[in-house]
Amino acid sequence: MQSLRVVCYLNQFFGQIGGEDKAGVGPRVFPGAVGAARAVQQALGDAGSVVATVVCGDNHIAEHPETALVKLLDLVAAEAPDLLVAGPAFLAGRYGVACAALCAAAQALLGVPAVTGMHAENPAVGLYRRRVYIVPTGADAARMLDEARRLVALGLKLARREPIGAPAAEGYFPRGITRNTVADANAAQRATAMLLDKLAGRRVASEVPLPDFPRIPAPPAVQDLRHATIALVTDGGLVPKGNPDGIEALAATRYGAYGIEGQRGLDPGQYDNVHRGYDTTFVKQDPHRLVPVDVAREMEREGAIGKLHETVYSTTGVATTLAHSERMGREIAAQLRAARVDAVILTST
Amino acid sequence: MTPVAVMVGANRIVSAAGIIHPLGNADLSAEDEKALRRRIVERALMALQTEVVRPTVFSADNPASAARGDQPPAP
Repeated sequence: MQSLRVVCYLNQFFGQIGGEDKAGVGPRVFPGAVGAARAVQQALGDAGSVVATVVCGDNHIAEHPETALVKLLDLVAAEAPDLLVAGPAFLAGRYGVACAALCAAAQALLGVPAVTGMHAENPAVGLYRRRVYIVPTGADAARMLDEARRLVALGLKLARREPIGAPAAEGYFPRGITRNTVADANAAQRATAMLLDKLAGRRVASEVPLPDFPRIPAPPAVQDLRHATIALVTDGGLVPKGNPDGIEALAATRYGAYGIEGQRGLDPGQYDNVHRGYDTTFVKQDPHRLVPVDVAREMEREGAIGKLHETVYSTTGVATTLAHSERMGREIAAQLRAARVDAVILTST
Repeated sequence: MTPVAVMVGANRIVSAAGIIHPLGNADLSAEDEKALRRRIVERALMALQTEVVRPTVFSADNPASAARGDQPPAP
């Protein structure tokens, strides 16, 4: 097989120019494998040759990203490489971002396959994993050669334009790509096999990772209901006629705060419902079927509860993302807290 | 829908009168509907006054007093 031309990218430290004191040095190139690029050469063996090592100071590229990248791309392009290997950057944030940014640019602008590596907690992973193949590494260079081997293994496949398998199999951070494949058994057979494995105590991996819901400690019970302020909240899509806050019918990102001061109930003529997940005919006829203001007011008058809070909060709970749901919940809770509300009755459908 | 609430981790869950009218029932007279609504809201208030340690469903078959029986004895 043809020996591949590989260019390595390193920062000032791994390129043996200096430490933090040299983090401001600009882009430069050295022939062959310099510094940590030697581990990449060792990992490549006969499969390829590190023809040049491109180096830049972490501060320089962080402070002048556009100009530094342009210059670095020129240096890389001049070598006509089959593969760019950047880093590994371990936990170094500026270095990780530089590696990933250069890989992304080399792929997009030069059409050069690229691979980098860093620790899962490097901020560059979150920023770039969808665009760049990033191999997970340890936190530091303790096992540089091992890390280089894993980068090179994936890099060679990329350079040879071989099909790249799933993240777990090939060893890179998931890129958010879903690929349909045809399995060799049908779903009933696969499910039965999984069940038999489970019953036999064999390791079973779910094909679909299930969301993990953190345990929410239950707030202590209301001690004195007769003096408590109770608020009503709903995700059933109640809105004032005209939906002034533009609450979405699906995948809501907004909620509304609607005053009921002085109102004994909810007048159906003043309200509407935008929820698309259930038949809203009945709650439109009588909004109390969703938000029990009438009953709560009576209980307030009777003294069964101290006070009905003057604001009803409402959003649409269909296909609402967990992230937005949690955010809206926190925001509403903060407002209720500030208003010294003691407890909430939330009607969901 | 209460199993979903349990799965997600809501702690005090009150089962209501149906998806399309959680706090009502179009088959009942207005008066009976309001009485039903009142009963469910009262169950909700009972739930708010009940100590719980895990997601707990307060239903017509499992009102607050029975639900309290599920909890570990107070220290």
